[in-house]
Amino acid sequence: MKDTQKEKLTKLMAEEFTAIELNLYLDTHPQDKRALELYNQTVDRLYALLEEYERQYGPLSNFGLSPSSYPWQWIEEPWPWEMNFCDREDNEQCGYTKKS
Amino acid sequence: MWIYEKKLEYPAKICTTNPKLAKVVITQYGGPDGELAASLRYLTQRYTMPTGRSKAVLNDIGTEELAHMEIVATLVYNLTKDASVRDIKAAGMDGYYADHDKALYFVNGDGVPWTAAYIQSKGDPIADMHENLAAEEKARATYEYLIQLSDDPGVTETLAWLRQREIVHYQRFGETLEHLYDYYGKDHYFFMGS
Repeated sequence: MKDTQKEKLTKLMAEEFTAIELNLYLDTHPQDKRALELYNQTVDRLYALLEEYERQYGPLSNFGLSPSSYPWQWIEEPWPWEMNFCDREDNEQCGYTKKS
Repeated sequence: MWIYEKKLEYPAKICTTNPKLAKVVITQYGGPDGELAASLRYLTQRYTMPTGRSKAVLNDIGTEELAHMEIVATLVYNLTKDASVRDIKAAGMDGYYADHDKALYFVNGDGVPWTAAYIQSKGDPIADMHENLAAEEKARATYEYLIQLSDDPGVTETLAWLRQREIVHYQRFGETLEHLYDYYGKDHYFFMGS
């Protein structure tokens, strides 16, 4: 996985994490209008990032939520547990050396 | 229904081949206060919650715990994947290796397999929510012990993030407990009258 892909994925992950956190907060604060507004804004940003990422690198979800080009892209590696985000420049074992 | 997302919830960092660390981190995969226990506890308790809010909290936190289980698995997998048999022996992970090679299995740090006896689903929402508050605190404490044991900066950072999530879940469960008290219209006394 190239650095640019990793950076885009990390950005998308951060956006989705924001959505998760606001989602849990809204479960116990359903009348917090500001949080709801933030949640809906996050949904818009996340959708845009997902669409851009998936168009370039293939689907992040299956079962009908994202289309695939030919041949069936879902089986492509790496799978999530094969991505190591260690970015220590002095470490070769990470398999990922941050480019300066 | 669940949909899988082909990414982690948090960018897990593993900077060393370190079976000794893997041997203890695995307790958050299949140990008493680990992520399998957490996810299954909440997802099975949700059926008998009385309100939309309490069902949502258990559904959503239970689902997030599945993502945490995947992060812990990613730590263990990457800490061991390049380890030699010599490394495994030196780390005291040879007993695990004999049964599982480097495959992921639900055990605690001493190899005790996961059991449903780790969790409870009581049918009493107040009792269940108290169990969940305790579970989050126990998981937080476990992550703190693991951080003390960790000599891998990437793993430490990832464990610190998982620890933070336990604190947020504890907060949400506390709010849900208050909500349940309101729902039942009960005062909650923390003592017994004579």
